[in-house]
Amino acid sequence: MKTFTGRVIFGGTYSGEAVVSHQGFNTLASFEKSGLKKNCTAIIASDHNNPDVYGLLLTGKALCLPQTIGSTTGGMLIQSQAKRGITPTCWLYSKEIDPISASGLILAHVWENLPLIVIDKLGDGFLQNVKTGDKIVVKEDGTIEVG
Amino acid sequence: MYQPLMILTPEQKAILEGKEGATKAKMMECLVRYGDVFGAKKMAEVTHKEGHLVTSFGIPMLGTVFTTMDELITSGAIAKDGFTVDPRPCDFKNVKCNPIEKMVFSKIMYAKQDDYEKQLQAEGLVEKDAFSCTCYLPEMGNTPKEGDVLSWAESSAVVFANSVLGAKCNRNSGILELFGSVLGYAPEFGFLTEEGRKATWKIILKVTKRPEAQVLGSAIGMKVIDEVPYVEGLDAFLKPLPDEDTIAYLKDFGAATASNGAVGLYHIDGITPEAKRLGEKGLLKKDYQTYVIDDAELERVYRSYPILWGRKEGKAQKAFIGCPHLTYHQLQKWTLRLGKALEEAGRKKLKVDTVLTCAPAVRKKFEATSEYQKLLSYGAHLSSICPLMYMNNPLCAKKRVATNSNKLRTYSTARYYTDEEILALVSGKEGKQS
Repeated sequence: MKTFTGRVIFGGTYSGEAVVSHQGFNTLASFEKSGLKKNCTAIIASDHNNPDVYGLLLTGKALCLPQTIGSTTGGMLIQSQAKRGITPTCWLYSKEIDPISASGLILAHVWENLPLIVIDKLGDGFLQNVKTGDKIVVKEDGTIEVG
Repeated sequence: MYQPLMILTPEQKAILEGKEGATKAKMMECLVRYGDVFGAKKMAEVTHKEGHLVTSFGIPMLGTVFTTMDELITSGAIAKDGFTVDPRPCDFKNVKCNPIEKMVFSKIMYAKQDDYEKQLQAEGLVEKDAFSCTCYLPEMGNTPKEGDVLSWAESSAVVFANSVLGAKCNRNSGILELFGSVLGYAPEFGFLTEEGRKATWKIILKVTKRPEAQVLGSAIGMKVIDEVPYVEGLDAFLKPLPDEDTIAYLKDFGAATASNGAVGLYHIDGITPEAKRLGEKGLLKKDYQTYVIDDAELERVYRSYPILWGRKEGKAQKAFIGCPHLTYHQLQKWTLRLGKALEEAGRKKLKVDTVLTCAPAVRKKFEATSEYQKLLSYGAHLSSICPLMYMNNPLCAKKRVATNSNKLRTYSTARYYTDEEILALVSGKEGKQS
């Protein structure tokens, strides 16, 4: 088991499974197929340019990523899909969080009062050591246990 | 109450404390938290007051957008200086749909479009047809000047405003950009600071001909992701601003950097305003990285795009030209090129159902010219929709759609073609389609 610490933007506790994107995570491209369906109960990543996550279930997972990329609708999508309860529960960034997803996660927290966990600046070593399917435990102080 | 890390003025603090109501307090909290995450020391005043919103579509599944808008309107949190907004999702007159596609668009996907447009008008939409991703074009009138601070979203508009106009705007998300427009403040970090506008990548072009804007932008976006590139060697292929061809090139180049990566600002040596003023010495950070792009690298990037058509060898059923929306100059040029290509192909009408898209105000100007009638005579259609929103319809996504937009390629099943290839394809001249 390996442990990592970063900057806690929104804290909380979590025990679940990792989904890892080594490249920038395009929120619109990943959310658009599932998230825009009326009776969607889960998001399956639909970004055909991102083989790391394409086709994987994101709902309830710990999404491990460098940053998000792409459209500025990304934040609004995070907010709206979080309200539907179908986003990843944990957002774990190896780099500093990007403005688009920061906006969405802040909107989810302040406007919708949703307890998503957000930790950034975990370092490149984090993404080198975590694999999709690994067990992830997040503790109250922001410590992350992998494996 | 949230305790800010940044220093607020008494007026800003009063809003955060709820002196102007609970809704504005929440809006201010979002903006302050946003700034605090990125180490902003203070709020900057938004000096170009007209906003630009990215959310133009009434998709019922984006419920939070409508409830948030309702709350803003009810509480009087209005963008009093107005805003423009991204393109509408549908145009049944100019982008033909079969009855089932139409039903999916109007009854399921964009069922709340009329209601949402009423909300936009109540919240501050400047004009009922102010829908375009190219709000900064003179015909649209939402054009900031160098040094202006903005509260905009829409990745292609933000990167154009920062890079080509020299304005200052972060890559804000939908909804938060509206909060900035209503309150008149944007947290001062990133592209709003001198340091944040410096380049961390030097891009050296070693190419034998002018690169396709959409492929060059894609290559750079995928390499630098969210960092600032300083591009050397492109000025050999571009005339100085405000040349119309250069504006169009940089618009398309920027949209590809922003969608294939997350670029919010680029500098083109000898062309863009800050590069001209400060040069490489003033803009490149000491520990910059280097990316050399030659013809082979552009070819490699181009060949890496996945083809997502059901039948890869099938013929294109529709083509979209104009994502982001075309400029007036581009419309004139495409009309000329299409006419010439048809002549060479020995045809009167285009072989593929082709839709060109532009802002409503650009369309109005173009409609007054003889080129407009020519374009229609070729069988082309002119619309102001967002092609991406068309492609979001699962029935439309199954069609073999061709495009010269790297942004549309990124977010849909549309297949990318260079300008020359799409010209050959739609006109019936030989292309790569087989």
